[in-house]
Amino acid sequence: MSVAPAFTAVPARTFRNELRAIKIVWHRDMIRFLRDKPRIISALLQPMLYLFVLGSGLGAAVPRASGVDLRMFMFPGVMAMAVLFTCFFSAGSMVWDREFGFMREMLVAPVNRSAILVGKCCGGATVGTFQGLVMFAVAGLVGVPYSPALMIGVFAELVLLSFAITALAVMISARIRSMQAFMALVQMLMMPLFFLSGALFPLAGLPGWLTLLTRLDPLTYAVDPIRRLVLAHAAPNMPFAGVTWRAWIVPTWLELALVAATALLALGVAIVQFRRAD
Amino acid sequence: MSRPAIEMAPPTDAAPDARPPAVVVEGLQRRFGDIEAVRGIDFEVKSGEIFGFLGPNGAGKSTTIKILCTLLAPSGGRASVAGHDVVTDRDEVRRHIGLVFQDTTLDDYLSAEQNLRFHAELYGLPRAAIAPRLREVMELCGLWERRGSLVGTFSGGMKRRLEIARGLMHAPRVLFLDEPTIGLDPQTRSSIWRYIRELKQREDITIFLTTHYMDEAESCDRIAIIDAGRLVALDTPEALKARVGKDRVQIRTDDDAAASVALAQRFGVTGAVHDGVLTFAVASGEQFVPRLFAELGVAIRSISVSRPSLDDVFMSFTGSTIRDAEATSVDHMRNVARAMTGRRPS
Repeated sequence: MSVAPAFTAVPARTFRNELRAIKIVWHRDMIRFLRDKPRIISALLQPMLYLFVLGSGLGAAVPRASGVDLRMFMFPGVMAMAVLFTCFFSAGSMVWDREFGFMREMLVAPVNRSAILVGKCCGGATVGTFQGLVMFAVAGLVGVPYSPALMIGVFAELVLLSFAITALAVMISARIRSMQAFMALVQMLMMPLFFLSGALFPLAGLPGWLTLLTRLDPLTYAVDPIRRLVLAHAAPNMPFAGVTWRAWIVPTWLELALVAATALLALGVAIVQFRRAD
Repeated sequence: MSRPAIEMAPPTDAAPDARPPAVVVEGLQRRFGDIEAVRGIDFEVKSGEIFGFLGPNGAGKSTTIKILCTLLAPSGGRASVAGHDVVTDRDEVRRHIGLVFQDTTLDDYLSAEQNLRFHAELYGLPRAAIAPRLREVMELCGLWERRGSLVGTFSGGMKRRLEIARGLMHAPRVLFLDEPTIGLDPQTRSSIWRYIRELKQREDITIFLTTHYMDEAESCDRIAIIDAGRLVALDTPEALKARVGKDRVQIRTDDDAAASVALAQRFGVTGAVHDGVLTFAVASGEQFVPRLFAELGVAIRSISVSRPSLDDVFMSFTGSTIRDAEATSVDHMRNVARAMTGRRPS
């Protein structure tokens, strides 16, 4: 005989249930990430590749000028790049879910659709932060010290950065139905975002039009705080001022606020888009 | 409204269910652009019954089920499930229904148990109830032993059973099964049906399913026949067969065209030729056969007489066999598909 269940119907929607929905969507992403060995291996190897191949290659091309170690300068940028890729592909799983049907299981559930998206963003933020920390683990090789204050600061900024990037990617993928279309869009958006962010080159002394474009790229304000933090600890003497608006040096708190605002805006747009999709 | 415990005795046919109907549909319509997929249908599904929605592909079955599951808005008319309107009370409807779609919606990279736990958390089931309910539904669907396996390693039949188990996790009032046996081999089909019937015995639940298999429709308490977006009949399988009342005669002849003409002229009976077999319905087949041989005037190579089946019911209500109906509805389906994806027919 069957056991009578301890409930008679699905309980009414409460805020606590929305939190549970967010948590389980996040949890599923974690299970899938931890089970995906190639993904973990590539997460572990990626930093070496970026930092040493890209860093050394560009470092050789650019003459060591005014005491700037290009590899150290690039380190935060390369970290941001690794996070960017990881978060975009994490958000891409939404398109995958839609193509292979699992999205429907989530869409017919009596939960707010925003809970599904927030859960996805938390998943991307976790995986992205993990990727960033793996990157940070090899920071010593380019001369970045492992001081606790730096680690805590980098961790906090990584969380914000990954969440914001995932939110952007989720916004893009909210109504995309095929993985191919998603890949094409990502290529089109991710590369300009990355190259304009100052991840690979200093943002001072660029032509006017390029300066304007770099200042419009939200990623600029995500990379710069990490770089300020890393360089302040690793090379306090390096001549580096950070992002400026004309002559005004944009304060770090404002940069972080801009990133947070971008994340919320992207999430908001994604939720509206996602509610409209069937 | 409080629900009776799950262990209650299965509803018997003798005592009519006094509870309010599980599903009420009034004048339901759905258009996709210029195409009318559902053209104003009315019916009620009683609490506790297995209700079959029968019709060829493209007849409007899936459109109707999607409206009832709140996945698609109707263009006209009203529908309510478990007492809640599918348009104005969407969340309430979703809390009370379980869904099994034609295409799998499982995560292949999670284990069977993880898929069900995901569902339980998403639906906000009380934590203490999850483990016992999980075991109950997995045992019901014969998957308890395989709970730790990745779903990607499951066969098509096992996946379908797991989806049924998942659809039951939150103890829904109505379980919707859209073509639960499509794409499965006959053996797996019959095992799915064994689970569906057992489910009806053990859970206090209404089952609403669509199918285009006649033999499966026979297992339903009541069936609705839908053709080209209209409801053409609704009753128990027995009553529908009794209403047809005629035996089916199938003959193979040397000249089907001449036999059809002769049949119409001498006996006033219209037949249909399909795959070299001439099929027609007459009141008492056994008495008709000697007359047929004597008066047809076309050589008969073989003959068979059978009691009415649901195939005949379908034929008598729609004027074509379900296979013919499918052949002609392919164009209709293509148009609906185009309309659904937003592309204009070229």
